[in-house]
Amino acid sequence: MQIPDAEQLLSTLVEQMRPHVDSETALVGIHTGGAWLAERLHAELGLTLPLGIIDPSFYRDDYARRGLHARPRPSNIPFEVKGCSIVIVDDVLYTGRTIRAALNELFDYGRPARVDLAVLADRGGRELPICARYCAHTLMVEPGHNLQLEREDDGRLSLRLIHG
Amino acid sequence: MANPQLNGHGELHHLLTIEGLPREILVKILDTAAPFAEVSEREVKKVPLLRGKSVFNLFFEPSTRTRTTFEIAAKRLSADVLNLNISTSSQTKGESLLDTIDNLSAMHADMFVVRHASSGAAHFIAQHVAPHIHVINAGDGRHAHPTQGLLDMYTIRHYKKDFTNLVVAVVGDILHSRVARSQLHALTTLGVPEVRVIAPKTLLPAEVERMGVRVFHDMREGLKDVDVVMTLRLQNERMQGALLPSPQEFFKFYGLTPDKLALARPGAIVMHPGPMNRGVEIDSAVADGPHAVILPQVTFGIAVRMAVMSMLAGG
Repeated sequence: MQIPDAEQLLSTLVEQMRPHVDSETALVGIHTGGAWLAERLHAELGLTLPLGIIDPSFYRDDYARRGLHARPRPSNIPFEVKGCSIVIVDDVLYTGRTIRAALNELFDYGRPARVDLAVLADRGGRELPICARYCAHTLMVEPGHNLQLEREDDGRLSLRLIHG
Repeated sequence: MANPQLNGHGELHHLLTIEGLPREILVKILDTAAPFAEVSEREVKKVPLLRGKSVFNLFFEPSTRTRTTFEIAAKRLSADVLNLNISTSSQTKGESLLDTIDNLSAMHADMFVVRHASSGAAHFIAQHVAPHIHVINAGDGRHAHPTQGLLDMYTIRHYKKDFTNLVVAVVGDILHSRVARSQLHALTTLGVPEVRVIAPKTLLPAEVERMGVRVFHDMREGLKDVDVVMTLRLQNERMQGALLPSPQEFFKFYGLTPDKLALARPGAIVMHPGPMNRGVEIDSAVADGPHAVILPQVTFGIAVRMAVMSMLAGG
């Protein structure tokens, strides 16, 4: 399978988002891949509200089955969520369960005016009614395989397919 | 013998004592506590992890801080919490400890947080309960108080970042202190290169050196160049016979005063597990001074207890 170039997808995503974001738009990246991506989007879109990071481990629906995810990280939402227009950023959209958990966590900080979703790639396999407003690439990845974002030391992003 | 606190996969199933727990598990608890500390700073101080779980706080011995922080921790994890002060309840009517546990298990308890005056009580309960029930020792006799030890380690790591270059002194009534035992096991497991105990001979357990600590009877000598001073409460209620001339005499030799603290490193932190006896083991000028991190210890205690509960109850 041809794995697309993450840096090119990032440029596509920036162009998709640019007409719809302004100084009132806040980005919240999902730890870790989504946070890397959000950092880059935040810089390239020239957004002024500080970047938020979210680790929705405490809101996941598989806790009773799998326990706490390894090494959860503190979430950091450095702006007022109430009334804000927020774009949740993740690297790869799959079942939608992570996004559901992130939405629940976000609403514990306040009631946003609206929430959109931006992802680098949609790999199919949704198990919840969740859809990205901004998505640079769509592909089908078999269940059991893992498509994930990686970051080089120089900051370059790349997508990698890991066979389960 | 397998560690009764771990399940078949080497994961924590009960938390009974720090003694014998591998370093990786202690580090994992501290790492997991950090994001829970952030939860307590939010407007909605609650996450849904333990929704639908029932946590029973079984306190066979009085406690305010520990019981309250366990209660808050469980509530911030969305569990249902029941507090039972057993000293005023069925046991005075003659019910046995295991009958009490069986009755509460029949109410579908998922977790017991146990404080008991007898060493080994939490172990005893852990051996008895059904496999899906988790037990946390909230202090048993003179034996262990693992969550206090862990919150102390979290506090040290918060202020000092790294354990492997520290000199830490535990001062006071080591003999009667389950807190001291948990602290000493945690400090040595986490790789603190120099752990000191400072106490009169009458307040030290026999062969305390075998826990890997240096013993000082002269407080001024023992405090020289330390990074962390962990003071302990003088436990008058557990003392039988004349171990000390008087609390005043104790304060003179082992009370932490500003002039004794001046012998420690400049950025040293001062800790106390509470409740404090001002003017006995610690001078008010130190307790309220710039080196004290006694109130942050309480705040961190909630996050550490949330981490322990969520690590036990998941999966």
